[in-house]
Amino acid sequence: MTVQHHFDAVIVGAGGAGLMAALNASKHARIAVISKLYPSRSHTGAAQGGIAAALGNVEEDHWEWHAFDTVKGGDYLCDQDAVEVMCHDAVEAVIELEHAGLPFNRTSAGKIDQRRFGGHTRPAPTDDNPDRRVAVQRACYAADRTGHMILQTLYQQCIKHGVQFFDEFQVVDIIVKNGACLGVVAYEIDSGEIHVFRSRATMFATGGFGRMWKVTSNAYSLTGDGNAIALRRGVPMEDMEFYQFHPTGIYKLGVLLTEGVRGEGGILLNKDGERFMPRYAPSIKDLASRDVVSRAIFQEVKAGRGIDGKDYVYLDIRPEVVNRYFDEDGAKNVDGTPRRITAEDVRKKLPDISDFVETYLGIDPVTAPMPIQPTAHYAMGGIPTDIDGRVVIDEKSTVMPGLYAAGECACVSVHGANRLGTNSLVDLVVFGRRAGKAMIADLDGLPTDDLPADAAEYTAEALARLLADGGTERVAILRRELQQLMTDDVGVYRNAGDLTKAVAGIRALQERYKHVAIDDHGKRFNQDLLEAWELGCLLDLAEVTAVAALERQESRGGHAREDFPDRDDGAWLKHSLGYQTAQGVEMRYKPVTITKYPPKARVY
Amino acid sequence: MDVHLKVRRFNPERDTEPWWGEYTVEAEPDDTVLTALNIVKWYHDGTLAVRRSCNHGVCGSDALRINGQNRLACKTILKDVGKHVTVEPIGGLPVLKDLIVDMVPFFDSYRAVSPFLINDETPGERERLQSPEERERFDDSTKCILCAACTTSCPSFLANDQFIGPASIVQAHRFMFDSRDRGAAERLEVLNDGDGVWRCRTIFNCTEACPRGIEVTRRIGEVKKALLFNKVR
Repeated sequence: MTVQHHFDAVIVGAGGAGLMAALNASKHARIAVISKLYPSRSHTGAAQGGIAAALGNVEEDHWEWHAFDTVKGGDYLCDQDAVEVMCHDAVEAVIELEHAGLPFNRTSAGKIDQRRFGGHTRPAPTDDNPDRRVAVQRACYAADRTGHMILQTLYQQCIKHGVQFFDEFQVVDIIVKNGACLGVVAYEIDSGEIHVFRSRATMFATGGFGRMWKVTSNAYSLTGDGNAIALRRGVPMEDMEFYQFHPTGIYKLGVLLTEGVRGEGGILLNKDGERFMPRYAPSIKDLASRDVVSRAIFQEVKAGRGIDGKDYVYLDIRPEVVNRYFDEDGAKNVDGTPRRITAEDVRKKLPDISDFVETYLGIDPVTAPMPIQPTAHYAMGGIPTDIDGRVVIDEKSTVMPGLYAAGECACVSVHGANRLGTNSLVDLVVFGRRAGKAMIADLDGLPTDDLPADAAEYTAEALARLLADGGTERVAILRRELQQLMTDDVGVYRNAGDLTKAVAGIRALQERYKHVAIDDHGKRFNQDLLEAWELGCLLDLAEVTAVAALERQESRGGHAREDFPDRDDGAWLKHSLGYQTAQGVEMRYKPVTITKYPPKARVY
Repeated sequence: MDVHLKVRRFNPERDTEPWWGEYTVEAEPDDTVLTALNIVKWYHDGTLAVRRSCNHGVCGSDALRINGQNRLACKTILKDVGKHVTVEPIGGLPVLKDLIVDMVPFFDSYRAVSPFLINDETPGERERLQSPEERERFDDSTKCILCAACTTSCPSFLANDQFIGPASIVQAHRFMFDSRDRGAAERLEVLNDGDGVWRCRTIFNCTEACPRGIEVTRRIGEVKKALLFNKVR
């Protein structure tokens, strides 16, 4: 039996991007937010360190500086018009969040406080180095639970404005007719019923897909559902070869320790107790871009300088260590006094990460260094959109009417080949807001067609196939093999041999996936069925990721090829588009938009 | 090491009564109870149902009764609870399947306290000002992740499910003590109601259960005091 719903707009996903869109759209239209989780469980809530905006509350700053840092951080693959929009709108968006009640930390003057973060800089020219830049205090924060406070605040505001939620509904398909999106098909997790939502505008804000790797900061729920659904309906995935490995995940667990630790002065040490980052990034050292720091850690480990000869290093925020390096660097506060950090500062400004290392490692960061290793963290690529969240499906940026996307699942592209810390929150707030507004502005011009009679058929068949008896493969085993393969062959460093092996390995897993068997054949909370379906999403996205990585014969940002170690702007200053076809993944390319910032060598 | 799990099971599609599922799984002492439950689910019995998402104690999905105490499964380390682990759904809310309870009544209570900033003054183009001290006043209650561990450990709630419960009072606290909020009067009515804050008997179960270290009982006390003396800050 199928239940039908009609809305002006349907938003899939209730993290920061989805709720920001809902909030902006709900004042003008009937909208629904569909989420497989309760909204407050969304992974925006796990973001720790901050949200960048050139407020200039602590020291001089300009949104153009933020834009430059973003473009450089993205290794010049960002669309610069989109970056300018993001960094410009960020200021207004952060103020809007404060007005909505977000409890930012404050300066002594009562303004929103700001801290340093990786890759965020201001010009500091010297005679011998006119291009010299140093870290700037740009990240607005609420202790080390900024994402939690953004998610809570937006959910609160959605409640205030009467947004209608469909909690614990798994969207499985979009309905496409004559090239336009007419709505979604969803599976109600509590009852097993299929629901069809006819909506003039449909938006994906489903987050990332870090669960295709073994060690990840991502929640169990981050399986790329929205991306895979779009891919299967003809939407290409843009720049999938660019995936970010965050340098400081807790060893083995992948739980994130915010870059804010290094923003507050924390440093990375190898087994010799050496602060190694100055060898890789002489100017901003431990606060270099994440791709640079993750590669540095790999190099240290490879050279035998991991702790105990293993594959991890230390992140150290012990005040006596940090203060020693402050002195060595001559680090000063804005008022010219020497920079200092106390145990009290660590506990006040980084309470959650103190709690994580205490819980999972049994150590106190004030008295012991923290074992860390790079952890799969963030997809720079995803569903291609314009600067208002409209999904575009080819090299000519043809819009698919009725379909929108924002947040991690989307690729605007503001992050290019590597995202700067804090810019994920900036992205989801700015482009969630813009997509919400664009849906309202576009509503009257969107198709009014009736749904096809067989709208739910594909979903019913897909789920029936997974429920069918007679299979031999177990979901957890296939998923574990995928995660191992992606970690071994599509990780921080890549090469043609490994990637070729990965593509073949993923295809073999896709074959075996056709013979999956599950234990649960019931209707209520059949998580066994949902995990099987999610694995299908991960496999499809892993294939595009591996093929796109194999094709791109250069190193840029988060994509580091051992066999092509240099960036090659002549051949590869372009975005990739990976299409799913019956013959496998087909790659096409589209140009990068350059406005004010011509590509230069990237040195930190 | 071998861990023996005793898990409360109930599937209304199949069972007339709840039963205990017993499983022995191989896990590391540093692993979490959620990891152990995942091993059961992934390799032994895929029908086991348990909510989970972030896996590090910030999303609030997996509050469970573990060896008699409300905790997050992903933040409970096996070596801290021993080799024999009993896992049940949190109490006072209807069980939908196995370890999954109906959260709708919980979120209804949350909504009842108007959990959002109330302030109709035009804020201007820049941020409202708030001193670090004013910000600190409600810091503790901003940590809440709505996991329901506190409310479902509260004897007053377990005896009377109309009580709005500690989690909702913490949410009210978060706004009542925010210098930017003007909604005290609006929330007062709900909190002062017969099923409001006065049902709290200061038993401290909530404080013990909170996986975020919020001093829940103390915050409830502050709300009571504010109601008694009709002043918030």
